[in-house]
Amino acid sequence: MDILIQQLVNGLTLGAIYALVALGYTMVYGILGLINFAHGEVVMIGALSSLAVVKPLAASGLPPLLVVLIGLIVAIVVCMVLGFSIERVAYRRLRDAPRLAPLITAIGVSIVLQNVAMLVWGRNYHSVPPLLPAGSHNFLGATIGDIQIIIIVAAAITMGGLMLLVNRTRLGRAMRATAENPAVAGLMGINANSIVSLTFVVGSALAALAGVLISSNYGIAHYHMGFVLGLKAFTAAVLGGIGNLAGAMLGGVLLGVIEALGAGYIGDVTNVCTLSHVLPGLDAMCKADPTQSLLGSNYQDVFAFFVLIIVLIFRPSGLMGEKVSERA
Amino acid sequence: MKVRIAGLAVAVASMLAAAGCGKEASPPQAPKAEAPVPTPVGPLIVKLGHAAPLTGPQAHLGKDNENGAKLAIEDANAEGIKIGGRPVKFELLSEDDQADPKQGTLVAQKFVDAKVNAVIGHLNSGTTIPASKIYYDAGIPQVSPSATNPTYTHQGFKTAFRVMANDIQQGKVLGQYATNNLKAKTVAVIDDKTAYGEGVADQFKKAVLADGAKVVAEEHTDDKAIDFSAILTKIKGKKPDLIFYGGMDAQAGPMAAQMKKLGIKSKFLMPDGGCTTEFHKLAGAAGDGAYCSLPGVPLDKMPGGPTFKEKFANKYHTDIQLYAPYVYDAVMVVVDAIKRAGSADPEKIVEALPQTDYQGVTSRIRFDENGDIKNGAITLYTSKDGKWVPLETVGGGSEPAAAADEAKPAEPAEPAPTAAAEAK
Repeated sequence: MDILIQQLVNGLTLGAIYALVALGYTMVYGILGLINFAHGEVVMIGALSSLAVVKPLAASGLPPLLVVLIGLIVAIVVCMVLGFSIERVAYRRLRDAPRLAPLITAIGVSIVLQNVAMLVWGRNYHSVPPLLPAGSHNFLGATIGDIQIIIIVAAAITMGGLMLLVNRTRLGRAMRATAENPAVAGLMGINANSIVSLTFVVGSALAALAGVLISSNYGIAHYHMGFVLGLKAFTAAVLGGIGNLAGAMLGGVLLGVIEALGAGYIGDVTNVCTLSHVLPGLDAMCKADPTQSLLGSNYQDVFAFFVLIIVLIFRPSGLMGEKVSERA
Repeated sequence: MKVRIAGLAVAVASMLAAAGCGKEASPPQAPKAEAPVPTPVGPLIVKLGHAAPLTGPQAHLGKDNENGAKLAIEDANAEGIKIGGRPVKFELLSEDDQADPKQGTLVAQKFVDAKVNAVIGHLNSGTTIPASKIYYDAGIPQVSPSATNPTYTHQGFKTAFRVMANDIQQGKVLGQYATNNLKAKTVAVIDDKTAYGEGVADQFKKAVLADGAKVVAEEHTDDKAIDFSAILTKIKGKKPDLIFYGGMDAQAGPMAAQMKKLGIKSKFLMPDGGCTTEFHKLAGAAGDGAYCSLPGVPLDKMPGGPTFKEKFANKYHTDIQLYAPYVYDAVMVVVDAIKRAGSADPEKIVEALPQTDYQGVTSRIRFDENGDIKNGAITLYTSKDGKWVPLETVGGGSEPAAAADEAKPAEPAEPAPTAAAEAK
């Protein structure tokens, strides 16, 4: 039981980060119908730029939480500028181009950012100084770290704020209107270009937060860290229904939990000895090596994508992808 | 329409995921157009290929290897070697194999097309093994500094050599150390599903089972992962005395940190992939008390270790990560073979390599009939205050190590897979 709770906590932490990143994908998709594949690299730039300030400051003797906060602000500013520039330089001129062109451009931007980061920060892994409280609590036998609590709370507050911004403010209304129909929104006096820029800027700020949280949690940052994370977050966005804010959050959390439970239990479920009760052919394998499993924990990603495929077969627009009006 | 685009994007994404780092893959470039036949006058150009991951999660190790090779090439050129009265100029063609077996074979083909005289590499067993077939078919000698999977030299390829002890030896030493010295009765084994990680984990598992210990969990991850909380949580439930990780430092470091976070008290043991300075950076204080093994002897105790360390630091102003001294030796072994053969012809180098008896930076290098290093020593280390402290060295010296004997196949010249290869 304690193991199950521990796996759920692991999954929630991972899922909160996926959700933050997935929001960036889904917001841009909602407005432009574009998959911004460079979004994972924005997370990486956020983590590394915050680290660049945090490392010297950590040695200066300032209070640790203040240092993290300064690092976070720097990361957010850097990522906002980066997100704005990416849209301005790489995507704006392609807005009316065939859909494939911006998609390929996005992959190109991702490769460029990775290589720039490699030149600036080098190939080495960077360790992130442990500034956030590192205590842990015992909850029904599971160990929950302070950092995990911080991640889940920070992600929840940010996502709540974003929902308010999109659903309760004039700006949010303008964003929803642009998502609905840019031309008509323009007739109503909304400057579509600045709304699009704003969407990129907000998404990038979320990415910066995700970058800082993930690097503090794992204690490492690396120029390559955004790639897999971006793919997973994109998967989460599609799972929840891309273009839908609540869907991205749900998808992110769901994906995190599926991965944790998948990795934790797939080995036990497919253990040859367990299965030999059902499939008699496995008896010999069980005797030879009772710990052997048909599918090991390395299949955790396969498991996540398998769930995605199943969801897309029955709900092609994702779990919450139908409410078009909620697009932001 | 939006749904269709999303579907398309899913397809693109899964293609990228399937390719791993494939996103960075560049199409194979056209072979260099330079003429392979040297002009009758002027220096004789000897081209050495070097392959290692220069991008991706293992880029720091790959760059380290490349630096070691560059240093060796410089020193070799400074020696003023002459063949048939003509001065020899060594050139390094360095390629990025991304630690990806597919990219490894592309790089290998590129070297063959460029008519290199010999290849130093690759870094990973996973890239070295598929590439070795291509070099063998082209008759190009290959010396790997760091691929330790037994299969590499047990395929019957007379072109394949390595200057590091293989995993049969290392896994066995680690297994015996775990059960005898660390008194582990129950162990959990994690690997990264690469040829190297899985290979050494298999050998380790065999050794601990032979000593009567129990393997309570076997988990797998991959060489790009940073989150291990799920598998570690599962292992925590089985309460093993010791956790073994077959893989590289980029995963081993965060894994040690996450073990501490989850409150796992088991001992942590790794083979050479985790035995780096990078491990401490990534694991932080959580890395203290971990154990690892490294083929060979500690850098400071290597015959040419201190000198090499100084030379390396002066030139690159950075620490040696791991394999640089072995790469240096691999290049020098090839240079030595060229000198003895009096020719830089790949065929002649292949003929000269088995007679190698070279005093390198890492040790005295001689090859057995498979191309494996003879009497490879293995040293165990433990982590103390962010540093690897050597504990004991097994094998090496003039006495043949017991493990090394068993590493040899029953039929020396038999190209069929040996017991070791079959174990894979």
